[in-house]
Amino acid sequence: MKRLIRLEINGRKHEDAVADNLLLVDYLREAKKLTGTKKGCDGGECGACTVLIDGVARPSCITLAATCDGHKIETIEGQAKNGRLSALQRSFHENLGTQCGFCTPGMIMAAEALLRQNPEPNEDAIRSALGGNLCRCTGYVKIIKSVRAAAGAKT
Amino acid sequence: MSEPMPPFELSRPQTVGQAVKALNALPEGRLIAGGTDLIANMRRGLVESKNLIDISAIAELHEMEFGKDGLRIGAGVTLREICNDMRIRADYPAIAQASDGVAGPGHRAAATIGGNLCQDTRCIYYNQSHWWRKSNGFCLKFKGDICHVAPTGRRCRAAFSGDLAPALIVHGTNIQIAGPGGTRRVAIAELYNEDGSDYLRLAPDEIIIAVHLPAFNPMAPVVSAYEKVRMRGAIDYPLAGVAVSCRRSNTGEAELQIAVTGTNSAPFLLKNVSPFNAGDGLDNYLADLSKLIQKQVSPQRTTTAAAHYRRLTAAAVAQRLARKLLLESSSG
Ligand SMILES: Cc1cc2nc3c(=O)[nH]c(=O)nc-3n(C[C@H](O)[C@H](O)[C@H](O)COP(=O)(O)OP(=O)(O)OC[C@H]3O[C@@H](n4cnc5c(N)ncnc54)[C@H](O)[C@@H]3O)c2cc1C
Ligand code: SF4
Ligand code: FES
Ligand code: FES
Repeated sequence: MKRLIRLEINGRKHEDAVADNLLLVDYLREAKKLTGTKKGCDGGECGACTVLIDGVARPSCITLAATCDGHKIETIEGQAKNGRLSALQRSFHENLGTQCGFCTPGMIMAAEALLRQNPEPNEDAIRSALGGNLCRCTGYVKIIKSVRAAAGAKT
Repeated sequence: MSEPMPPFELSRPQTVGQAVKALNALPEGRLIAGGTDLIANMRRGLVESKNLIDISAIAELHEMEFGKDGLRIGAGVTLREICNDMRIRADYPAIAQASDGVAGPGHRAAATIGGNLCQDTRCIYYNQSHWWRKSNGFCLKFKGDICHVAPTGRRCRAAFSGDLAPALIVHGTNIQIAGPGGTRRVAIAELYNEDGSDYLRLAPDEIIIAVHLPAFNPMAPVVSAYEKVRMRGAIDYPLAGVAVSCRRSNTGEAELQIAVTGTNSAPFLLKNVSPFNAGDGLDNYLADLSKLIQKQVSPQRTTTAAAHYRRLTAAAVAQRLARKLLLESSSG
């Protein structure tokens, strides 16, 4: 069955008919062509698909698009404003927090949710906020450094 | 790789009554709350329902209430809300610690307490993709006729791996269940069967609507703690998870309740735990406790860690928590 959902994605309103079994990640990538959100595992294990739902980081690959009716979604595509990278994006770039880049959108969205709630997180808080996000390249040290640097840049 | 999501129809009832009716009318219907267990399993072809009933829009399931009779947590309250609640952290610490240890922060924001209590049992021969299981001839729990863990056995040994159940058990929790005939209340341990493929004693048209915890009594405080052993520090299910609660009586005797998850097909309260008297000597008491727990847990080859290791870690964690709580409660 299909149903109509109305939601906000990166500040813009959308209305779409979606199948009941459509996953949020597939809705974003296939219907909305927002392919910045990645799919790295077969369900809930890696965090590459992390987006914000009403400001809270959530894996979009185990979320049904139908249940996002009426909610606000933010993805990596909405982070740069007027061509200017967000503090986290800049910081990941400058601190080599990204290598192959596959985990990066999810990492940045999870870190974004953290910084909005806790603008000056210590290392433990960063580690636990990124606990659901796997990276196979960096060894995490530079990711944590990037988040710390972005926190500094914001304050 | 995972299969595509199988097709199904989703209904979104607004009240518990509507949800029960929907379940009753759709014998193959399955509830979905946060979906963090169910959708991952669906993507692996482990759930065949054509009708999902999403209970996340039912307002009454999201309520949490501290009253004279204790704490009532609606089944739809998320684990994130539970571990962030200062009163739960203070009065029922094992429950906050168990919630905090579930999956990652993104899962906890969606995962509900009701879903955690009902999450499917786990096994390395079961939590695999369809082609993996097919190439292995499936197994007793789903589509097959033998158990790869205990091939001569007649029942599935998959481990119940929810973190919250033991913490709720040691706090004397009751569960409120709604069905077509009204609501009923049972002690939480009675929700479970020691059978990996039939682990819940819930009728197909019943819904857990809330858990009830006894009121915290400052005159006879119960202190508690939960700890799990896992392969990865960040996200992982318990290889063994142990909750302990401790209440001191006026005479100085301490009564311990110990419950375990991750080792058996049901979470359970340890039987025959004797009260602790300071005169007994703590080390002797803990040595006996270790023997008791090793006798009562029955981990099988359902995880990548050896069963015996899980038996030993369950005992070690129980000893560690019991020691900590006994020392804390005697100094406090
Ligand atoms: C990567 C990953 C790691 C995880 N790690 C852990 C972990 O460490 N510890 C842990 O305990 N869990 C873990 N989980 C499992 C899961 O996140 C939790 O069990 C969660 O609490 C399930 O809640 P939910 O609301 O998402 O349940 P759902 O997935 O919506 O439902 C789970 C089951 O419960 C049933 N159900 C839901 N609500 C009710 C109700 N009110 N009444 C009756 N039946 C109901 C559903 O029909 C379904 O069968 C993990 C999951 C993932 C993907
Ligand atoms: S314990 Fe046996 S029957 Fe149960 S899931 Fe594992 S292999 Fe299958
Ligand atoms: S793709 Fe969603 S968690 Fe891996
Ligand atoms: S940069 Fe490659 S997975 Fe993280």
